[in-house]
Amino acid sequence: MIIDHPLLGPRDASEFVYKGDAALIHRPDGMAEDALEAFIDYGYLRDNPAGEHRELWFHEQGDRSWLVVTRNTLTHEIASVELARDVARREGRNK
Amino acid sequence: MRYSGWKVIKEALTGHRGWGPAWRDATPKADYDTIIIGGGGHGLATAYYLAKHFKQSRIAVLEKGWIGGGNVGRNTTIIRSNYLLDGNEPFYEFSLKLWEGLEQELNYNAMVSQRGILNLIHSDAQRDAFIRRGNAMMLNGADADLLTTAQIKERYPFLNTEDARFPIKGGLAQHRGGTVRHDAVAWGYARGADMHGVDIIQNCEVTGFRIEDGAVKGVETTRGYIGAKKVASCVAGSSSRVMEKAGMRLPIESHVLQAFVSEGLKPVLPGVITFGAGHFYCSQSDKGGLVFGGDIDGYNSYAQRGNLPVIEDVAEGGMAIFPMLGRARLLRMWGGVMDMSMDGSPIIDRTHIDGLYFNGGWCYGGFKATPASGFAYAHLLATDTPHETATAYRFDRFARGRMIDEKGMGNQPNLH
Repeated sequence: MIIDHPLLGPRDASEFVYKGDAALIHRPDGMAEDALEAFIDYGYLRDNPAGEHRELWFHEQGDRSWLVVTRNTLTHEIASVELARDVARREGRNK
Repeated sequence: MRYSGWKVIKEALTGHRGWGPAWRDATPKADYDTIIIGGGGHGLATAYYLAKHFKQSRIAVLEKGWIGGGNVGRNTTIIRSNYLLDGNEPFYEFSLKLWEGLEQELNYNAMVSQRGILNLIHSDAQRDAFIRRGNAMMLNGADADLLTTAQIKERYPFLNTEDARFPIKGGLAQHRGGTVRHDAVAWGYARGADMHGVDIIQNCEVTGFRIEDGAVKGVETTRGYIGAKKVASCVAGSSSRVMEKAGMRLPIESHVLQAFVSEGLKPVLPGVITFGAGHFYCSQSDKGGLVFGGDIDGYNSYAQRGNLPVIEDVAEGGMAIFPMLGRARLLRMWGGVMDMSMDGSPIIDRTHIDGLYFNGGWCYGGFKATPASGFAYAHLLATDTPHETATAYRFDRFARGRMIDEKGMGNQPNLH
């Protein structure tokens, strides 16, 4: 499987470490009323779809960047690769 | 029809014209007391024990393809009970005891072979850990035996004990562990369940649940609506996809695990060997092929096939302990979809929907658990209370901080 790194170009997936569902970017607010429920959900429950899946990959053997990879879990086909930082900012995070 | 030596001789002399089908190809009725979704090892075992031991009737097993075509047909056939934690060890030891009596119980040759499993030790820390594990096993009634390097060398002379990188410093053996013919497990349970009146319905995919006032009424299938008092999901690999139709999210990710078999060789490997330093396990099939595997691929996948980096990693692990493996050709490889739960342990529990039950999250340890999983799930279905060996396998253990984290990896399913 080849991951097309937005800065470094195509890289073998074995350079990366899989870090789970991209929804993990959005850590819940620990001070909120429903923090307990939200953290159980965040820590343990997953959508686990068969088909398109947004997921985090860490370029451990490379530039140590975090990527959001959109990949089909049935075919291993990769539709898009973005820097996790850009995705997080676009989705409302300030850093 | 019961199988026996006399029957084999009689059929041999009469041209094998008297063998009937081992189970009926049932057509779905309008409703059942219990519907089990998934005709794999666990689903068929559940149906068998539910009918035979818990005296329930009007049971159907719904399978979207053909029975035994999922993970029970895609594994490395190893049985063992060398676990450490209190929540696990009694359950897997119960399973091993059921394996030991399985063929008599089912009147079916499942080729249960207690050829022994050996976990190799490569460091002092690993020896301490395995001594502790062996003690935990014996406290729970299992057998464990600490072997020295000399004893291992005597049994497995070809092992690479000299290499300074992975010196073999001993091993933890469970002589009652071994292998079982995986297809025969599914077929034996199917035949046993059928003989006790269970309807096994193949080519019948569940497409939805009918849920009214928080209680399940039945399932929508590709062969029409089927009503049921209780519906039990047992579809490891597809658990998230099936339970999503009931509106549930699970503490599960699906990952692919690859396994491999070499060309047929003369007998070289009497038992099962696991290589703890590199994660590699291997046994020799009765046909002579070396059957081996290693880590999961480690990212979500429903593809039932793997990728090359893991093939390379597994082959390296194998070469590190027995270099002669490099002379054998790799005949074929396959990938199964693993229900990786967040702590590496399974779930057998009721759900928040009345009458809807769940069994899954077996990670890559589902095959050895087949009999106990079926028995415990049948116990839960019949009595609404967990079986005594499966009390820890509840959904709420994550919320309560009571994870059964055998590998100490936390909530990282790709690391278990």
